[in-house]
Amino acid sequence: MDSAKLVTMANQIAGFFAAQRGEAAQATAKHIADNWDGRMRAGLAAHLAAGGEGLSPIARAAAEILAGAVADA
Amino acid sequence: MSLVHETDFGTPASKSTKTVTLTIDGRSVTVPEGTSIMRAAMEIGTEIPKLCATDMVDAFGSCRLCIVEIDGRNGTPSSCTTPVAEGLVVHTQTERLKKLRRGVMELYISDHPLDCLTCAANGNCELQTQAGKVGLRDVRYGKEIETHLDLTKDESNPYFTYDASKCIVCSRCVRACAEVQGTFALTISGRGFDSRVSPGMNEPFLDSECVSCGACVQACPTATLSEKTLIDIGQPERSVVTTCAYCGVGCTFKAEMRGEELVRMVPYKAGEANRGHSCVKGRFAWGYAQHRDRITKPMIRASISEPWREVTWEEALTHTAAEFRRIQAKYGKRSIGGITSSRCTNEETFLVQKLIRAGFGNNNVDTCARVCHSPTGYGLKVAFGTSAGTQDFDSVEDSDVVIVIGANPTDGHPVFGSRLKKRLRQGAKLIVIDPRRIDLVKSPHIRAAHHLALRPGTNVAVLTSLAHVIVTEGLIDQTFVQERCDLDAFADWAEFVADPRHAPEEVEKISGVPAAEIRGAARLYAKGGNGAIYYGLGVTEHSQGTTSVMAIANLAMATGNIGRRGVGVNPLRGQNNVQGSCDMGSFPHEFSGYRHVSDDAVRGLFEDLWGVTLDAEPGLRIPNMFDAAIEGTFKGMYIQGEDLLQSDPNTAHVVAAFSAMECVVVQDLFLNETANYAHVFLPGATFLEKDGTFTNAERRIQRVRKVMTPKSGKADWEATRDLAKAMGLDWGYTHPSEIMDEIARSTPSFAGVTYERLERETLQWPVNAKAPDGTPIMHIDGFVRGSGNFMITDYVPTTEKTGPRFPLLLTTGRILSQYNVGAQTRRTANVAWHAEDVLEIHPADAENRGIRDGDWVKIQSRAGETSLRAVLTDRVAPGVVYTTFHHPMTQANVVTTENSDWATNCPEYKVTAVQISPSNGPTRWQQDYEAQAAASRRIAAAE
Repeated sequence: MDSAKLVTMANQIAGFFAAQRGEAAQATAKHIADNWDGRMRAGLAAHLAAGGEGLSPIARAAAEILAGAVADA
Repeated sequence: MSLVHETDFGTPASKSTKTVTLTIDGRSVTVPEGTSIMRAAMEIGTEIPKLCATDMVDAFGSCRLCIVEIDGRNGTPSSCTTPVAEGLVVHTQTERLKKLRRGVMELYISDHPLDCLTCAANGNCELQTQAGKVGLRDVRYGKEIETHLDLTKDESNPYFTYDASKCIVCSRCVRACAEVQGTFALTISGRGFDSRVSPGMNEPFLDSECVSCGACVQACPTATLSEKTLIDIGQPERSVVTTCAYCGVGCTFKAEMRGEELVRMVPYKAGEANRGHSCVKGRFAWGYAQHRDRITKPMIRASISEPWREVTWEEALTHTAAEFRRIQAKYGKRSIGGITSSRCTNEETFLVQKLIRAGFGNNNVDTCARVCHSPTGYGLKVAFGTSAGTQDFDSVEDSDVVIVIGANPTDGHPVFGSRLKKRLRQGAKLIVIDPRRIDLVKSPHIRAAHHLALRPGTNVAVLTSLAHVIVTEGLIDQTFVQERCDLDAFADWAEFVADPRHAPEEVEKISGVPAAEIRGAARLYAKGGNGAIYYGLGVTEHSQGTTSVMAIANLAMATGNIGRRGVGVNPLRGQNNVQGSCDMGSFPHEFSGYRHVSDDAVRGLFEDLWGVTLDAEPGLRIPNMFDAAIEGTFKGMYIQGEDLLQSDPNTAHVVAAFSAMECVVVQDLFLNETANYAHVFLPGATFLEKDGTFTNAERRIQRVRKVMTPKSGKADWEATRDLAKAMGLDWGYTHPSEIMDEIARSTPSFAGVTYERLERETLQWPVNAKAPDGTPIMHIDGFVRGSGNFMITDYVPTTEKTGPRFPLLLTTGRILSQYNVGAQTRRTANVAWHAEDVLEIHPADAENRGIRDGDWVKIQSRAGETSLRAVLTDRVAPGVVYTTFHHPMTQANVVTTENSDWATNCPEYKVTAVQISPSNGPTRWQQDYEAQAAASRRIAAAE
């Protein structure tokens, strides 16, 4: 998947949850887990592994949570 | 079934709860106070002769046929205009009355062509009927008197004829246009003998303000206003009550038939969504069902460069199943998917998503709600706990203040628009939040109290600013919030919106809306009585569409405008079954009833029911499918009743995606634009050719009833069933009712829904043990999620910005006479009103570019360019341009971008930065597209 598009989408989600109560990275990660197909999440994980350029801090943290969940599984 | 004749009580029902008892022709009758004597008589089966009275409009008292005598009162008052009173003794048939009525009727008949045997209304003419009832046997006035018999017909309207020679000047048409439709296009011109019905300023109907809703035709007691199909075919012999397949209002109609030929569609007075009214599409624009472009045989081809080859259903379905299995074997289980249709029935969408989950073995199912109301589903579920609007349409009758935001009901949802206008004429106040000056802002007898003409893309800023005023000026409904809402969430939200950066004076700089207008609107909504919000795609189709929905929910909760009649949050759904397709599990992350696929208990329920193991992973959404196709991991698609190529943004991107797929299956009525890139075509059935149910915007589940045989031999649900069988699934459905039974067994909100009940009534979900008769108004005693959830709605400007290259903002929408991608309405006479898409541009922007009204212009964005004709109008503000997307050769979506809503990927159709320049005709892209489409639509048998 186009990593630039995935980064944009992840940053948009992170932008919303940054303004909410609660832990923004966790909420962002949950939103992505609930709504993104596996190849999109894999694309985000691959982009993170390649340095994660363009990801906002919250989106990056969310990507790390998702990558950790995959590693734990 | 015979013709359904609905009783005409002559005058509307009174809503009074106080009753009055009187005597009519020796019989006692008790009716609500305010009822007319005419209606009271009809309640006990006494039909007083009448011509100018009908219960769709208020009493008028002009024909003098409905006169009665009342003990103790002088004269012979008209029973339609005389209200009942306690103890009245009324006589409807006396020698005096008989003589007077015959005299009146004699005058009418003296100026009426007595061509009954060849008249279109023969057998269904109220004048004929009433002449018989009053016992008229002779007309004493000879040929020497002056008459109107030589008046000419107006046949300008494509759907009905106005024959002035048959007009009795009863004004029913004029009153229907005013009171029911609210357009005020008709009047009676002239005085005395010269009095005649006049469209506009004595213009032909087609040239007047008439919107062709047909209310006048329905109201006409003679053949003066007659459907052309009725004139052509003759009187119908049976009726079937069914549901309109156009917008999300879900109007109920009587399909009046002669054999298998549809004579006319007549709005059903008992229809709970439309209350006997209709628009030009539902009443008249059904000719597409018989259009010569209909494809009625399955077709296949190896590549899109080949002509289509007609095959049997068996060959088409076997080929499709083999192709899908081949692709899965080569590229993996998740390499194919499908799209359910919001134009198809609940049962059909349920089957398509079941085929994908149980047959394809993945969750790659989505629906067109992705590109319209998916933010509604997400936003309202977070706020209230349910992905649906809160009210029924009747609720608007109790509204005192109505906010219409990002919607244009008089064009997009015309029957609701008329009901809203009726309430506004009664005194309710209106706030319009829209970049364009839509008709509701100012039209006959309607004037919005506030029009917040915001810059496209600033909805969240303006909605949050309204909340700022409500919080900082102490306009909160504290009792409601304390009792019904999450108080921690409320406190955080109140602190957020109170920040000075959300003050109207600051937001004015972003949105262009004067601060005073924002403050005035907020005060009116918060304290003006029952406040209702109606919204459309101008809210959802933004990068912050979901945030806007949450902001709307916040406003309703903060002001206590939830949980009773007259209030609420009301998404106006675009297509007829958007609500239903979403309910039926069409989203890639949710089963029917909005339950996540990762929920083990829910998935287990369906695994037990369907006998297969189901995928716990969310699937691809439509735009993700396109991206995956271009990436090379998504290769096959089953598309039922949608035209993604025309409706989805950035056409070049969509073309690239389809071109990369190996098996695209389109099931539709016509070779639509998507079919140009398809390998299998399965002929679809119209709503007239199948049984099923639609669910409208008020969550109302209504029957769709088959009135004619499917041209292809199969209803759409049968085609899906047979495709599933070809893929090895053991599906034995023989009727949609069996599918509904399965839906009810597996979906808690549909637990009490059966066809047996739907034969008698409509039902608004949830229909379950807690609400066995359904739920017209939601969240009355508490929110579905428990306590109402306030969300922070921080405004994030879209990345789609204007600049030197693209200095204008394009926003898109639709027009009254056309529907969605136009596949149906372009194949009807509705093209008389909208033959092509045009670009609305402000005169100042046009002048700066040397553009005159009617000129060809090129519209260019970062995504692409197309051309169309310009219309200069100040309906749009300077800096904003507007167009529709009904015509494939215009292809408005060539210029829209892939920007989308943060939560749902709903495209940002409503904000595209563009440049407009003079042009000398279609662009090279349009010419190439037209050539490709023509080549792709070749059918071998026809060559």
